[in-house]
Amino acid sequence: MNGNGYLQLVLYVSTLLLLSWPLGLFMARIYAGTLPKGVRWFSPVERATYRLCGIRTDEEMSWTRYAFAVLTFNLLGFLAVYALQRLQAVLPLNPQAMAAATPDLSFNTAVSFASNTNWQAYGGETTLSYLTQMLGLTVQNFVSAASGMAVLVALMRAFTRRESPGIGNFWVDMVRSTLYILLPLSILLSVALVGEGVVQSFSPYQSVTLLQPVEYDEPVNGADGQPLKDDKDQPITEKKIAKEQRIAIGPAASQVAIKQLGTNGGGFFNVNSSHPLENPTPWSNFLELLAILLIPAALCITFGRFVGDVRQGGAILAAMTIVFVVLLALCVGSEQRGNPLFDRLGLATSASDQAPGGNMEGKESRFGIVNSALWATATTAASNGSVNAMHDSFTPLGGLVPMWMMQLGEVIFGGVGSGLYGMIVFAIVGVFVSGLMIGRTPEYLGKKIEAFEMKMAAVAILTPCVAVLLGTALAVVSEAGVAGIANPGIHGFSEILYAFSSAGNNNGSAFGGLTVNTPFYNTLLGLAMLLARYWVIVPVLAIAGSLAAKKSIPPSAGTLPTHTPLFVILLIGTVIVVGALTFLPALALGPIVEHVQMVHGH
Amino acid sequence: MLKELLPSLRMLIVMTLLTGLFYPALVTGVAQGLFPGKATGSLLQANGQVVGSALIGQPFSDPRHFWGRPSATAPMPYNAAASGGSNLGPLNPALAEAIETRITALKASDPTQKRPIPVDLVTASGSGLDPHISPDAALWQVPRVAGARNLSEAEVLLRVRKHTEGRAFGILGEPRVNVLALNLDLDNVDVR
Repeated sequence: MNGNGYLQLVLYVSTLLLLSWPLGLFMARIYAGTLPKGVRWFSPVERATYRLCGIRTDEEMSWTRYAFAVLTFNLLGFLAVYALQRLQAVLPLNPQAMAAATPDLSFNTAVSFASNTNWQAYGGETTLSYLTQMLGLTVQNFVSAASGMAVLVALMRAFTRRESPGIGNFWVDMVRSTLYILLPLSILLSVALVGEGVVQSFSPYQSVTLLQPVEYDEPVNGADGQPLKDDKDQPITEKKIAKEQRIAIGPAASQVAIKQLGTNGGGFFNVNSSHPLENPTPWSNFLELLAILLIPAALCITFGRFVGDVRQGGAILAAMTIVFVVLLALCVGSEQRGNPLFDRLGLATSASDQAPGGNMEGKESRFGIVNSALWATATTAASNGSVNAMHDSFTPLGGLVPMWMMQLGEVIFGGVGSGLYGMIVFAIVGVFVSGLMIGRTPEYLGKKIEAFEMKMAAVAILTPCVAVLLGTALAVVSEAGVAGIANPGIHGFSEILYAFSSAGNNNGSAFGGLTVNTPFYNTLLGLAMLLARYWVIVPVLAIAGSLAAKKSIPPSAGTLPTHTPLFVILLIGTVIVVGALTFLPALALGPIVEHVQMVHGH
Repeated sequence: MLKELLPSLRMLIVMTLLTGLFYPALVTGVAQGLFPGKATGSLLQANGQVVGSALIGQPFSDPRHFWGRPSATAPMPYNAAASGGSNLGPLNPALAEAIETRITALKASDPTQKRPIPVDLVTASGSGLDPHISPDAALWQVPRVAGARNLSEAEVLLRVRKHTEGRAFGILGEPRVNVLALNLDLDNVDVR
């Protein structure tokens, strides 16, 4: 990597940290109910929403009621997305005449968007109507993100309550997240993106004349619409000449903005943000990259302000940033070092001001190595899952970074809301472990950590691990699972491990070679997404309910301070130990062996 | 759970109207008002015909044209109605085979060019629609294009420089050459 590469990385991380401070304080005011001036004009909309929905804002919810509200609301969202896909052929705003999606694909996509995973088994421009993209996907992009933020707010609030039966009102937390945070930021970002060339239009796909017609092999379909195969099982093709190029467009910018800001990640187009009409320039790339981590980073500051000590949030943000920077360096370094094959073939692979060098398979010229690896690290640190390069073609260690980022439980920044509540769960485990070591009653932010919190924390941490490892194991021993593999050898195992790491942590990115639009994967990955989302949300709300009901104890000489560098190290250690103990054996079978094979010129 | 059903349903309807209809419609209105060309795909017109998009690459194999990144879209390269990458893993024999074939074709196109081929010219892009190549990848092709067009290398180089974009603000992204814009210019197509 050359000097410019370092400059781009430093610029990104420092801009992110600088912006997270004001946004964090802004969000703290929103959730406390003291609206800042800039968004006060939205408040009639907020009041009208409550009136239309028959919601009493002063009504406190117990944690079980809060959980029921989240689950019911998400269930209805799931049903809506499912119905839209099944009925899109007969609904309006379908200029490309898309047929109804299959039941298993509709199930998978509906789960994926309701659970803030946004796994793409669908093909975007080849599967979904404009109506489905807007009323189904865009709406869930907002409300699934807002649901995660609401759960976090309930947990933060619990630390400030004393012997209280309630943890707040889900509807208020969800509506405020949408109206004052996600919606204004999305409007600003989407207009900025259109200014760079992201499409936003209801017109049908455009046809252009090619400067040079191109000859290609068109697969021949039989009478049943299935591709014909010859006696060697190769598809039969005929030579054709294309004189025109059909360019898919649509209302993309509005969806791209929220999919980045809400850590959703489901692309408007099949190749997500590597598509030039979804991410056309380095500047649009920088904005979209910032949007991935901005809210998750800022929520740490919000948390600090909420519990009355910004340093508490700063410590968590520091722990996240340190892990992020270390893994980022590994990813960029591996991709820039590239594939020894390219050197053996005599290609020019070193980076300069005239060429990106490195491993450019699956990457775009305008982003080069540095921005592709930066995106891969950020999108998996957060549970975003959008991509601007094909992770399947990354070098083994370059691909290990996004995989392990997800396996750490999506707590290095993580999803909006979900990342920080996941990290707070790790903090609870951290203070418990250190409490055992120094022989004191563990406490965090004035609340005693006892058996109930620890049980719930264990459920929240272990459920995603089970979903990942069990799902991978099931897929590699079943015929339907192995049938989806695209790359031979070790890499095929990595493809499956990646898929379940992604679904089992609500990320949504993929080693895209794996064929996942099959009943087997649509169902199994759908179940993994459900487990990972709701078996974490419910225990986290249980912890919130239990903490809110406790007395607050003032810090004493025996209290472990949780804003110090020592605590940052403790927190990182907890996350890494759990992540490494659980996943190193699986990683050793996948990317690590593949790396050894690669350097030995296999 | 039933107690939350009715508020949930109403909330979903209100949110659908707000974020599913009002929001995309507002952004579309603003976008079409401020950036009508960009919002519909940055299309390039010449002689009353749409000849391409400034952001979407096209396939080239003629020696008179600069060639772009290999594209893995199906069934034809640069299929802008179905984007896609190769998704070939680093050790997949199919990757080595594909790259060797491309190297052979490039070397055959200009046997006098002895400089090593830039890696981006033989590796498939992520979208299959990449409109750019690196400046090095353009320079590598200058002698061939100049020869096929009976132009001096300096003349072709001048056109390459004209269509080279630097990093944004001198920092972000990578320097790159827009292949379609360059080829349209070489063909003397007057683009609006």
